[in-house]
Amino acid sequence: MTAREDLNVLAWGRVHRGRHFVSDPATRNGVGAAIRETAEAGASTLAHGLGRSYGDSGLNLGGGLVRTTGLDRLIAFDRAAGIVRADAGLSLDALLRVTVPAGWFVPVTPGTKFVTLGGAVANDVHGKNHHLAGTFGSHVTRFGLWRSDRGEIECAPDENADLFALTIGGFGLTGVITWVEVRLERIASAMLEVENIPVDDLDAFFSLSERSDSWPFTVAWVDTLARGERLGRGIFSRGRWAGNGGLNPHRSGGPRLPLDAPGGLLNSLTVGAFNRLYRARPGARFHGRQHYDPFFYPLDRLRDWNRMYGSRGFYQWQCAIPTAHMREAVRVLLDTVAASGDASFLAVLKTFGDAPSPGVLSFPMSGATLALDFANRGADTLSLLSRLDRVVAEAGGRLYPAKDGRLPQAMFRAGFPRWTELEAARDPILMSSFWRRMTEEA
Amino acid sequence: MAAINRILVLGATSAIAERWCRLRAAAGDSFLLVARDGDKLAAIAADLTARGATVGTSTEDLADTADADTRFSRWTGTLGGIDTVFLAYGILGDQQEAQSDTAALARGLQANFTSAVVWCELAARAFELAGAGTLVAISSVAGDRGRRTNYAYGAAKAGLSTYLEGMAHRFAGTEITVICVKPGFVATPMTAHIDGRDGPLWATPDQVAEDIEKAVRKRRPEIYTRWFWRFVMLVIRHLPRPIFNKMKI
Ligand SMILES: Cc1cc2nc3c(=O)[nH]c(=O)nc-3n(C[C@H](O)[C@H](O)[C@H](O)COP(=O)(O)OP(=O)(O)OC[C@H]3O[C@@H](n4cnc5c(N)ncnc54)[C@H](O)[C@@H]3O)c2cc1C
Ligand SMILES: NC(=O)c1ccc[n+]([C@@H]2O[C@H](COP(=O)([O-])OP(=O)(O)OC[C@H]3O[C@@H](n4cnc5c(N)ncnc54)[C@H](OP(=O)(O)O)[C@@H]3O)[C@@H](O)[C@H]2O)c1
Repeated sequence: MTAREDLNVLAWGRVHRGRHFVSDPATRNGVGAAIRETAEAGASTLAHGLGRSYGDSGLNLGGGLVRTTGLDRLIAFDRAAGIVRADAGLSLDALLRVTVPAGWFVPVTPGTKFVTLGGAVANDVHGKNHHLAGTFGSHVTRFGLWRSDRGEIECAPDENADLFALTIGGFGLTGVITWVEVRLERIASAMLEVENIPVDDLDAFFSLSERSDSWPFTVAWVDTLARGERLGRGIFSRGRWAGNGGLNPHRSGGPRLPLDAPGGLLNSLTVGAFNRLYRARPGARFHGRQHYDPFFYPLDRLRDWNRMYGSRGFYQWQCAIPTAHMREAVRVLLDTVAASGDASFLAVLKTFGDAPSPGVLSFPMSGATLALDFANRGADTLSLLSRLDRVVAEAGGRLYPAKDGRLPQAMFRAGFPRWTELEAARDPILMSSFWRRMTEEA
Repeated sequence: MAAINRILVLGATSAIAERWCRLRAAAGDSFLLVARDGDKLAAIAADLTARGATVGTSTEDLADTADADTRFSRWTGTLGGIDTVFLAYGILGDQQEAQSDTAALARGLQANFTSAVVWCELAARAFELAGAGTLVAISSVAGDRGRRTNYAYGAAKAGLSTYLEGMAHRFAGTEITVICVKPGFVATPMTAHIDGRDGPLWATPDQVAEDIEKAVRKRRPEIYTRWFWRFVMLVIRHLPRPIFNKMKI
């Protein structure tokens, strides 16, 4: 086998794209060969899951990629204890189809089920329950890691503990994760009790957030066009697992967006109309039951929704701000966006809890997180993003590399001061476009 | 609740077969998986077991029909009787190679036709004894008309299709079902070297597996998957020779 040349591997934001030498191992035992052959063709290589990272952290432009989606098998599922061990390329989408009917759910889920277990570990992903459950990595009991210098090893809190901690949130640089074992959460049904509550401003958001601490799932959608007194208005959503309602897993996906939307469907006019409609729709005041699929994964209903931004793609930007400065910083950030007139289609605000992650370079920190996305309008967009960066830097916060494709080196190093430990533990053959930018000397 | 099915899968490492087995695993069916790649076979067996199935494996070269009768009875014995046989293995081969290398030509025919119909006939005998059973075998749209780019493979699949058609005729009106599956383009390891696999004519092995499962439930003797291939092949079969000859397909 030799690696295949693929001229156009895309990151989810579609701004970053380009040539890679790709291999698709069919079993875990094929990972070693895939690493070798892709690194031979491309000088270095990197694991790549379902490509749901927005920027350049899942790419290795000009280099090799080991695509893990063929490693999609379960290894063992203990239905009594709720512990599942599976190949690193298995998606949450596929996993939930098996575990939900048995009464188990992933303990932490991002806003899409089309991510692999390996990707969930490598970015130590968080979900709507971060304030209670912490990150995905907090529930990982063990995993297999293939390193070019050591072959396949096992990592756990008490075995290769340093690599365990550096791989969780390690951006795929410590080795290729071959399998993951994770402790699931018991559910009595596939339904959630959900309350959507309109909030009028930022203070209302923070106080409702505090009062909702006992709700395992909370998040808010924010109208980025609202200014002045209305700044921060939006819809606060909270949910908890229902006690009954059946254990039916989700069904397979809805329609796909077949082509890039012409010129980007999303400009501030349409975003404004959408935001008003969104707040006015009956769902804005919804109190009732919802299946986990629309509750956790509303965007999964339109596959390839990222094409809505047209052929130039878009930037996603997500920050974490420590508690001490979160109110002020979020206010300034939203002000900056509103003043720019460059509306963000999706603006998501949530408070993070203080549960520590085992991951050394994990993104969440106790405080608040704000996620925004912007159509790529070249220099204008980049300059807006660097204005937002400055606010975060001053507040002592950090940016999420999974969502970012232009995160400046200094900003990264300040936000993740222990990055040198990752560089020291990096598998010498692994590299990403993101890591090249973060480590190259000016 | 349907009773537990005892299923023999020949070529269980095929991506299409694996996806179909997953559809069945949750029902608690009992499988015997046969293929030649032991590593992959073990991974697939673990997966299906974790999904709720009972699984046994046997690592064998299925193109080799030596001791076919004994091997088939051994499989039947292991499963404690057979309700369903799913035959999926095959090799695409290379037409140029088939034209220049007679051993390669013979290998392709042995894998895709000769051995396949041997196992089908053994399945038929077992079903006749039991009075019921379902045989599903994967042929290909490539068997519907000989084309310069892959007629060695196509002819073997045409032979398999005809064999299955005859068996379906033989068992019409009985409790024995014979299903000939004709996939078009499917993104599996077999076609990994082909570019443009995200194009509109391509299907995922999951989609094909679901189409097959539907055909099994409805006891259809022949299916094209995805469905539109029935019409694509209808057109290709009826293209007048002067036009057909100009095409580089
Ligand atoms: C709609 C949407 C909503 C999202 N919501 C959230 C959210 O709420 N919270 C959140 O935290 N994230 C969120 N994300 C981001 C997403 O969860 C992460 O980017 C995730 O890592 C993607 O997984 P993937 O399988 O697509 O991996 P990729 O994007 O392909 O890769 C991600 C990283 O993981 C590494 N990697 C992948 N597989 C392996 C492996 N086997 N071994 C070693 N390294 C590996 C890659 O090298 C890369 O660094 C969201 C993304 C989308 C598109
Ligand atoms: N993919 C398509 O576009 C397409 C289209 C039409 C028809 N088909 C047919 O669909 C069937 C399944 O193929 P697929 O698409 O699922 O591709 P696949 O994943 O490559 O499956 C083919 C399988 O057959 C196995 N095999 C080949 N020769 C064997 C032998 N002598 N003994 C045991 N196992 C053997 C291969 O095992 P090894 O890994 O050990 O080689 C492989 O696992 C095949 O019959 C194929 O001809 C496929």
